[in-house]
Amino acid sequence: MLRILKYSFFDLTRSWWNLVYFAFFLLVTFSLLYLSSDLSNAMISLMNIITILIPLVGTLFGVMHYYNSKEFTELLLAQPIKRKDIFLGQYLGLAVSLSAGFIVGLCVPFFMYGIFHSELFSQFIYLLATGILLTFTFSSISFLIALNNNNKMKGFALALVFWLFMAIVYDGLFLLLLVQFDEYPLEKFALGVSLFNPIDLSRVIIMLKLDIAALLGYTGAVFKLFFGSYTGVILSFSMLFVWSVAPILVTLKVASKKDF
Amino acid sequence: MKIFYLSIFTLFLIKSATYQSKAHILKVCASCNYTTITGAVRDAKAGDSVIVEKGNYFERDITITKPIFLIGIGYPVIDGESRGEIITVESDSVTIAGFQIQNVGTSYIKDQAGIQVKGKYCQVLDNVLLNTFFGIYLQKAHFTLIQNNRITGKAINQISSGNAIHVWDSKNIKVLNNEVRNHRDGIYLEFVDESLIENNISEYNLRYGLHFMFSNDDDYLNNVFRDNGAGVAVMFSRNIQMIGNTFDHNWGSSSYGLLLKEIYDGKIEKNTFSQNTIGIYGESANRIIIERNTFMNNGWALKILGSCMDNVISGNNFSGNTFNLSTNARKNYNIYDGNYWSDYTGYDLNRDGIGDVPYRPVKLYAYLVETVPTSILLLRSMFTEFLNFAEKVNPTFTPEGLIDQSPQMKKFDL
Repeated sequence: MLRILKYSFFDLTRSWWNLVYFAFFLLVTFSLLYLSSDLSNAMISLMNIITILIPLVGTLFGVMHYYNSKEFTELLLAQPIKRKDIFLGQYLGLAVSLSAGFIVGLCVPFFMYGIFHSELFSQFIYLLATGILLTFTFSSISFLIALNNNNKMKGFALALVFWLFMAIVYDGLFLLLLVQFDEYPLEKFALGVSLFNPIDLSRVIIMLKLDIAALLGYTGAVFKLFFGSYTGVILSFSMLFVWSVAPILVTLKVASKKDF
Repeated sequence: MKIFYLSIFTLFLIKSATYQSKAHILKVCASCNYTTITGAVRDAKAGDSVIVEKGNYFERDITITKPIFLIGIGYPVIDGESRGEIITVESDSVTIAGFQIQNVGTSYIKDQAGIQVKGKYCQVLDNVLLNTFFGIYLQKAHFTLIQNNRITGKAINQISSGNAIHVWDSKNIKVLNNEVRNHRDGIYLEFVDESLIENNISEYNLRYGLHFMFSNDDDYLNNVFRDNGAGVAVMFSRNIQMIGNTFDHNWGSSSYGLLLKEIYDGKIEKNTFSQNTIGIYGESANRIIIERNTFMNNGWALKILGSCMDNVISGNNFSGNTFNLSTNARKNYNIYDGNYWSDYTGYDLNRDGIGDVPYRPVKLYAYLVETVPTSILLLRSMFTEFLNFAEKVNPTFTPEGLIDQSPQMKKFDL
């Protein structure tokens, strides 16, 4: 498995797209840090980019990578290698290379800015952690989608629809519910709902860590009470973890039974 | 310091000249005739001066019943040892200057202060007050001047804390160049008319930096309110002029820069509101002119509720606020005109500096948050951006007529 991971990791890191991805984060982070009046504002803007763009790129890369390396996969399948190793290796190769691009792209400007000596260091770690978990989540889900669809177009479309649902439609439905059931105390409910969308969850976790949390008022206070507690932090991060691990487990299961 | 001595000295000369023959100087120090301030104050006659030399004086409940000058040289320390009040003025025309007054007792029954003034035409100048329950407390002290004092309290919670400068039922008060911090309210005015609050710094107070209750025709100018529970609260008052103040970083889940409640005919001009959760919160505020202010990086620059009428908001700079304006009203009874809004995206074909497309300050999402508070959770999510965009293209929900018809293309140079 490690060898396959290594091959696909080096294959991907050398690819043009991954370089663009890295350069994009480098540029955006640099310019945000340079243009924003304070670190907190730059982090909020970065959070917006991370929670929207990382899932999108993760999704598209995942599908693309699966279809591109399909022949290679089939070749490997003919060899005496475990299916689990093949798919896990390829998936990890993708997720790790994307994360690496993101981590380096984000870290270099922040380190140069002196994040180690800033009081926002823990917030920066949150930003990094959610970004990585989101990469893993969305690339694994897109792998699963691609595996289930031999038709490329359908695979791409489904993956995009999934991203669209998580990034936008989910919030729309969420808002609709909040407006409909306005008379009821909805804080706990809202807390539950946000746990089930990795994008919302990441956004809320980061936002509560930053100054902007003061705008969230009473609802924010309820959330802060939850996310500020150990159980809250553990539960929210384990939820993000589940989001990033569960799809790949399903993928491996499906892959082991699939007739190629 | 030199200037201070000089000014005290000249003041002293002038005053002693007016009282000429009968004015005496009573000195207080460890080796003087008087070793306690209480003793000297008791023996002093009207017009006399009590000069206190540098040193520590463990005294409290010093009561002044005659018009005298009580002057400290080199900031002598009067320590109340956290029991009772320190100086009580029960006469008109008393001057207290140049002391360090510390450790006022906390009481739940009496309003104990570092300096309590119950007479008219008094002056409280150049004092340092530390660890106070109430700092300077005026009651029916018309025409009193409070200047150049530094008052630092010990407030931890609102119940067991007092105000740094507390003025009750007085007219023509002047509060100038003071620094007040760590109290419940920095400056509290109740039934105070025709008074001036200028060049003060009020910070780290639990409740308000400056608090008006039932006070009319007052001005507060060029003050700084920073990191208070709320910067300034103006309640049940008329004709308040608020000019040139800075409201900075009054930040927290229920913080305001300026809270207006039941107020009429005021003017808010040339102030700077930066990094407040809510810049101006208006509830039943009427006929207020809000002009040439700067609103920067606030959560909400303005929150004007439906109970506000006939206010004019024009010529202001709004930049970098999460929400520029939010309201719970379906109709608009205020005038918004000729402001600069940093998120304005219109164009200006005839290049007259005024945008050709009207600007709608209330975003749909801001309106939603006002009606369904829980929806604030979707702050900064992509969906809300879409929502705002859709509403901008085809306005249906945001209040009718709440439009800036002449939004500025360029930021005002204020």
